[in-house]
Amino acid sequence: MSSTMILQVQHVFKNYQIGENKIPVLNDINFEIESGSTVSIVGPSGSGKTTLLGLCAGLDQSSEGDIILNGIKLTGLSEDKLAQVRNEHVGFVFQNFQLLPTLTALENVLVPMELRGMKNRQKDALDLLEKVGLAGRADHYPSQLSGGEQQRVSLARAFANKPKILFADEPTGNLDAETSLIIEDMLFQLNKESGTTLVIVTHDLDLAAKTQKIIPIKGGKIQ
Amino acid sequence: MNWKWIFLMAWRDSRKNRSRLFLFISSIILGIAALVAMNSFNMNLKKDIDAQAAELIGADFELESRRQPSEEAMKFIDSIKGLSEDFAKEERFMSMIRFPKADGSRLVQVRALEGNYPFYGEVETSPKNSFQQFAKEKGVYLENSLLLQFNAAIQDSVQLGNNTYAILGNVLSQPGQAAISGTMAPSVFVPIEQLENSGLQTTGSRIEYHYYFKLPKSFQVDKKVKELENRITELQLRSSTIETTKENTGRSFEDMASFMELVGFVALLLGCIGVSSAVQIYVREKMISVAVLRCLGTSAKQAFYIFLVQFAGIGLLGGIIGAVLGSLIQYLIPLVMQDVLPVSLSTGVSWLAILEGIGLGVIIAVLFALLPLLAVRNISPLNSIRVSDKEESLFKDRASWWIYLLIIGFITGFARLQMDNWIQTLVFVAGVGITFLLLYGVAKGFTYLVRKYFPKKWPYLWRQGLSNLYRPNNQTVILMISIGLGTALIATMFLVQDLLINRVKLSSEQSQANMLMFDIQPSQGEGIRNLAKAEGYPILESVPIVTMQLQSVNGTTLKDVVSDTSNEVSSRAFRGEIRATYRDSLTSSESLTSGKWVGKVGKNDTASVSLDKGYAENIKVKVGDKLEFNVQGLIVPAKVSSIRQVDWNRFQSNFRVVFASGTIDQAPQFYLMMTKVPTEVESSKFQQKIVNSFPNVSVIDMNAVLKVLQEILDKIGFIIQFMGAFSILTGIIVLISSVRISKFQRIRENVLLRTLGASRRQIYLITISEYLFLGLLSALTGIIISLIASYLLAIFVFESVFVPSIGMILLLMFLIVGLTITIGLINSLAVINRSPLEALRKE
Repeated sequence: MSSTMILQVQHVFKNYQIGENKIPVLNDINFEIESGSTVSIVGPSGSGKTTLLGLCAGLDQSSEGDIILNGIKLTGLSEDKLAQVRNEHVGFVFQNFQLLPTLTALENVLVPMELRGMKNRQKDALDLLEKVGLAGRADHYPSQLSGGEQQRVSLARAFANKPKILFADEPTGNLDAETSLIIEDMLFQLNKESGTTLVIVTHDLDLAAKTQKIIPIKGGKIQ
Repeated sequence: MNWKWIFLMAWRDSRKNRSRLFLFISSIILGIAALVAMNSFNMNLKKDIDAQAAELIGADFELESRRQPSEEAMKFIDSIKGLSEDFAKEERFMSMIRFPKADGSRLVQVRALEGNYPFYGEVETSPKNSFQQFAKEKGVYLENSLLLQFNAAIQDSVQLGNNTYAILGNVLSQPGQAAISGTMAPSVFVPIEQLENSGLQTTGSRIEYHYYFKLPKSFQVDKKVKELENRITELQLRSSTIETTKENTGRSFEDMASFMELVGFVALLLGCIGVSSAVQIYVREKMISVAVLRCLGTSAKQAFYIFLVQFAGIGLLGGIIGAVLGSLIQYLIPLVMQDVLPVSLSTGVSWLAILEGIGLGVIIAVLFALLPLLAVRNISPLNSIRVSDKEESLFKDRASWWIYLLIIGFITGFARLQMDNWIQTLVFVAGVGITFLLLYGVAKGFTYLVRKYFPKKWPYLWRQGLSNLYRPNNQTVILMISIGLGTALIATMFLVQDLLINRVKLSSEQSQANMLMFDIQPSQGEGIRNLAKAEGYPILESVPIVTMQLQSVNGTTLKDVVSDTSNEVSSRAFRGEIRATYRDSLTSSESLTSGKWVGKVGKNDTASVSLDKGYAENIKVKVGDKLEFNVQGLIVPAKVSSIRQVDWNRFQSNFRVVFASGTIDQAPQFYLMMTKVPTEVESSKFQQKIVNSFPNVSVIDMNAVLKVLQEILDKIGFIIQFMGAFSILTGIIVLISSVRISKFQRIRENVLLRTLGASRRQIYLITISEYLFLGLLSALTGIIISLIASYLLAIFVFESVFVPSIGMILLLMFLIVGLTITIGLINSLAVINRSPLEALRKE
């Protein structure tokens, strides 16, 4: 294993069973991502890019092949072990922001830290909210924030556990053009500051062009 | 496991859902309240019975005989009298009382007393303490209901037998007697010595003799009774002490309270199913949040515990509210129950009942939330990036089977605490299981049939209303079950009440007679015949009655039975007085089941008797067995020639023992006569004439029996209605909860309809039709179950024909449907009245 590689995807296949039919979604995927780099996975709808993100982030298991994240082989790990890996190494930004609706902005940012058993992190969480310009909205619930604001909280939360790698699934997919630019800038800025590897799944080629490497995927195969 | 964080997250997550969580749990609050109320009542009742035990019997020790005690028995009674500090005697029998001023009469229970009975407690009267004048003046004390019925006042005259008395007091309560016990024959207290010349203590008068003893404090009465047990049985006496009275009274009312607790428990189970169903929907809505938490590194167990802690907390809150509510409701129970209780009921907070209620709230909330919460463990983090509708069947999850087992174990354990033995417990659990399955089956069947066969040509609004019942995440079946069970309880209660009344009515219609006269002396027979003839009423039956006792069964006497407990013959066979008759043929209500009917025997032949089947089984006698009867001092040997099946439901004279003519025809006897009086007014007048001319003769009028029966059933029925109401209320809360749960879905539907041009009126109609169908289906589910239950009760318990009252069923259905529409509509108003734009913005 190369010490600079944060993510290695080796001969990965993913099939779904629907009734008696086996539907192949990913077909022999191979690539590596260097630590600290920015990468985008692009492709049309149904190409398998979200499935690939799910596998890389340890949200799902491949049918065949290995995925090694920060030196940890994800294949065959139990769900609880995967949860630990996600908490310690991985950050997420979702297209639908996916903030916990019952928690305030501050509490949403605090959750990953609390899960790691880190105590008294209120100040760190507030700093992160400050960085995304929402320190004044810390006590607001997601329903009291606009889409752009919610995604900014989501960014703060994603960096809260200081992840080695951040996966962003269409991070601007639900935002208008102007807000999208702000979020994109914030994402790259935070990424740069923390030295995190950034993997963006998108079909927005302009956004993809801002990353150092593009992995095009179509019909479940890397082009 | 980081429990602190789990509790913190449970708390945080609950903030935005508290009203909904509370709504889920509110469906168990009523069940807990019912249980705490009944439990508090039970505990207070136990305490009251303990505290008032001496007042229940009125003495330390009581001996009772169903007939004039023998000389030997009197010696025994006197020997105990010698040990006593005080002694009292009572002769208790039925008689007619006449109110000359009102010109009315009624059957009463005469309690003729001698001595200072009661030694404990008091006969409460108005004017206050007037009972202290008992036996000092000539006069009687009457139960309040008599004074009310005949509009009589203190110092008015009443006639008992040949004697006239002044009313000295109005009896408000008497030791050991529930108010309801006087419904058939209210009590009249009179000093024994004042009964002289009344003509009421003649041959054939069925008198119970009671002897009351006040014993020194040091006297260990229960120990002594145990020592004298065989002697008491041998002398054909029955004994009671404070301790045995306490046990007997406690046992019968504990059974009643346990029954009510079980009804409350069923209401609670209904609420639990409501909780379970609501939690399932709640969990589905929480799927994305759980998936996100899993993405952030929460383990499946942690996510599961967050919600479990939440439901345990809300269960605790529900338990506390239920316990407080139950403690308040128990203050209403004396209003409902006091009439059927022999002790004056106290109320008071029972901390044990409250603790039990709270504990039950937590256990039940956790147990029933566990099943739907299991799904939380299986929510994949992938759901955060891709919504999946895939639902895993709970049955495939092995943990769910453990939870089902826990639930069954819990129900069984709880039922066992209320019941005497495991068999009863298992029957109850199986019964609850079958009832729920039946309710579920009927509810499912109905929803299927209605959907399948609903007329497709009906107007759109009706079709839309109906299809709303089948929207995703609907709670139609659970609502049908909970409202249905409440309906079933109430409907069954009414149907059975109706059944019992109809049985008596039917028996009166089938029988030609509707008036029974008894305690007629041979010399009075002719007079009564003439009286009836003058009024134009036929004497339909005139039956001689000879009183006797059983002396031996196949040579075994009571003495043998007492000395050898392994003896097959029960000592009960010798207890009490037998009222036999003699005749040469069977009556229309009798049929032979074995042996041969012998109608007549010669003067020197052995007497031949025919026994009622039930009685023969009871005393373990068959055809060919030899019996000896003590006919007022004369031993009459007899052979059992036949066993008869007797239809006791008929309003006519029936006997356990019938002699063939020729043996006891000359024995001292009295008569029973039956006649038919066309109207209630005429019946009342004819009763007056009988009481005037023959004061010792008692009369039972069928119309009066019907009225009394109605009154008793109304009182008992009210208690069942009270508990049935809990079930209906639980159903209503589940209904409100279900409307609230589907609120957003309903808003979306209505906005869409409004956008498409539906008027507010049309939306109202759709909503009304939805609840109309729901109410109808729920009521039908309950009524079908109640018809099945009532039919089975009619056939197997009451052995009667079952003809349900269509009017009552329709009325109940109308009420249930009306209630469902009203509750549903009120809760939907906020949704219906919301403007489409406002709702869209919210979206």
